[in-house]
Amino acid sequence: MSPVLQCRGLRKTFHGSVVLDSLDLDVAEHEVVALIGASGSGKSTLLRCVNLLERLDDGTIHLGGEHITDPRADADRVRRQIGIVFQAYNLFPHMTVLQNILLAPVRVHRRARAEAEQAARTWLDRVGLGNRAGDYPDRLSGGQQQRVAIVRALVNNPRLLLLDEVTSALDPELVGEVLSMVRELKGDGMTMVLATHEMGFAKQVADRVVFLDGGRVLEQGPPEQVLGDPVEARTRQFLSRIIEAGRL
Amino acid sequence: MTITDTWRPSAVEQERIAYRRRRAIRSVLLAAASTAVLGTLLAVGVTNSPGWPRVKESFFDLAVAQDSLPAILDGLVLNIELLICCALGAMALGLLIAVLRTLRGPVAFPVRALATGYTYGFRGVPLIIVLYVMTLGVPGLRLSGMPSTLVLGGLALVIVYGAYLAEVFRAGIESVHPSQLAAARSLGLTYRQTMRHVVLPQAVRRVAPPLLNDTVALQKDVGLVSLAGPIDAVRAAQIQVAEHFNFTPYIVAGVLFVLLALPLIGVTDWVTLRAARRQGARS
Repeated sequence: MSPVLQCRGLRKTFHGSVVLDSLDLDVAEHEVVALIGASGSGKSTLLRCVNLLERLDDGTIHLGGEHITDPRADADRVRRQIGIVFQAYNLFPHMTVLQNILLAPVRVHRRARAEAEQAARTWLDRVGLGNRAGDYPDRLSGGQQQRVAIVRALVNNPRLLLLDEVTSALDPELVGEVLSMVRELKGDGMTMVLATHEMGFAKQVADRVVFLDGGRVLEQGPPEQVLGDPVEARTRQFLSRIIEAGRL
Repeated sequence: MTITDTWRPSAVEQERIAYRRRRAIRSVLLAAASTAVLGTLLAVGVTNSPGWPRVKESFFDLAVAQDSLPAILDGLVLNIELLICCALGAMALGLLIAVLRTLRGPVAFPVRALATGYTYGFRGVPLIIVLYVMTLGVPGLRLSGMPSTLVLGGLALVIVYGAYLAEVFRAGIESVHPSQLAAARSLGLTYRQTMRHVVLPQAVRRVAPPLLNDTVALQKDVGLVSLAGPIDAVRAAQIQVAEHFNFTPYIVAGVLFVLLALPLIGVTDWVTLRAARRQGARS
């Protein structure tokens, strides 16, 4: 079966510094891939490039066989098939939780309002936020906001969900509620690529861990192998620093 | 949330409350005393000045005030009508120009250039000159269906204030964080939909205070159309001054303008507060 996401030779530079350097990555349907690596290793940039929020310097990305980095491709149509959740939630502060979630289904996907609202409320109930539909984002905790942001992406039934360090801005006790939601999504068979610093979580939820270093895939494989018995010296060095910081 | 437990302030807290209350009373008394002293000094200084009786007679004559009020109020109606039309027109024009300036792509280049040139040009030209050109120059073209001087004057105000408001709106649009655009575009919203549903609602709310501030300024400038003929409140006051050989009508017009500005200013504060409250500033 052809992969849902196929990245070939991705290159991206910012002001002369190379962030992605001939990077290759495939993601199969229902697969959960965790991107790990130091800050600046290109995790977030990779996700933003896949979502066409950044323009590549070189390389190609195919989504479900379609060449999406072709300049003739309709970027808006491509983005409709991909959900992304940001580190800082990026909810719209002038809209209620429900309005945030319904904006895309109603305006972009032209779904009937009642049907979309039904779907939104089902999701909210499922993540324990059924009673917060009418609240503005500022009145929610960070963990609640992040769960709303995930629902906002999911309600459009994306083929691929990108999670960009979704727990980095959260207090430790709020991290759990977001991670258990991601674990449930894995149970649903959602194809996901997540950039994370939570090694323990990567170990639990990922089918494959990809270690990025200097904009390249340095090492990848099953979590037990990459996190437990890495081949590359750089990976070992990175992991030992993480262990020192008490995050594994 | 209602507090249902049986908490009563402790002795320490009661003492703190009592102390804070004493401080509050003390500061109110002090403020009153200092205001009274300053006010008395000012009043005594002004009324004891050698020219006060003449100033009082020529600026604060009650009989003249009563006599001139109807004419000035007639003029004020024109001010209010013009203000409403021009404020709405200038805001619509300003918003349009601000949005046009954010357009990207080669096709939009002439539009963008035109919008930029407009904001540069009309913020530089004195309002009075635009007013003269519109009310005295344009009718000279003798085109059929030429609107009245009043409409032309109003257009001059809309054109000049539109340029200022465009910059206010643009500041608001640029103050919306790029992450909001990223979030909207990533949901598949087009550029137009992102502007309409995500950027503009936040931008307009943020610039509401400076926007209404410019509206208050416009309120005073609408009177300038009287240079081209129509009689507004200030012009009416001027006529009354000439009739009575007394300056009181100017004071009357001034007070009326302040009264007119108060509700506008009140609305600004209310709009700002309401937006803040809705977004959960109260806890």
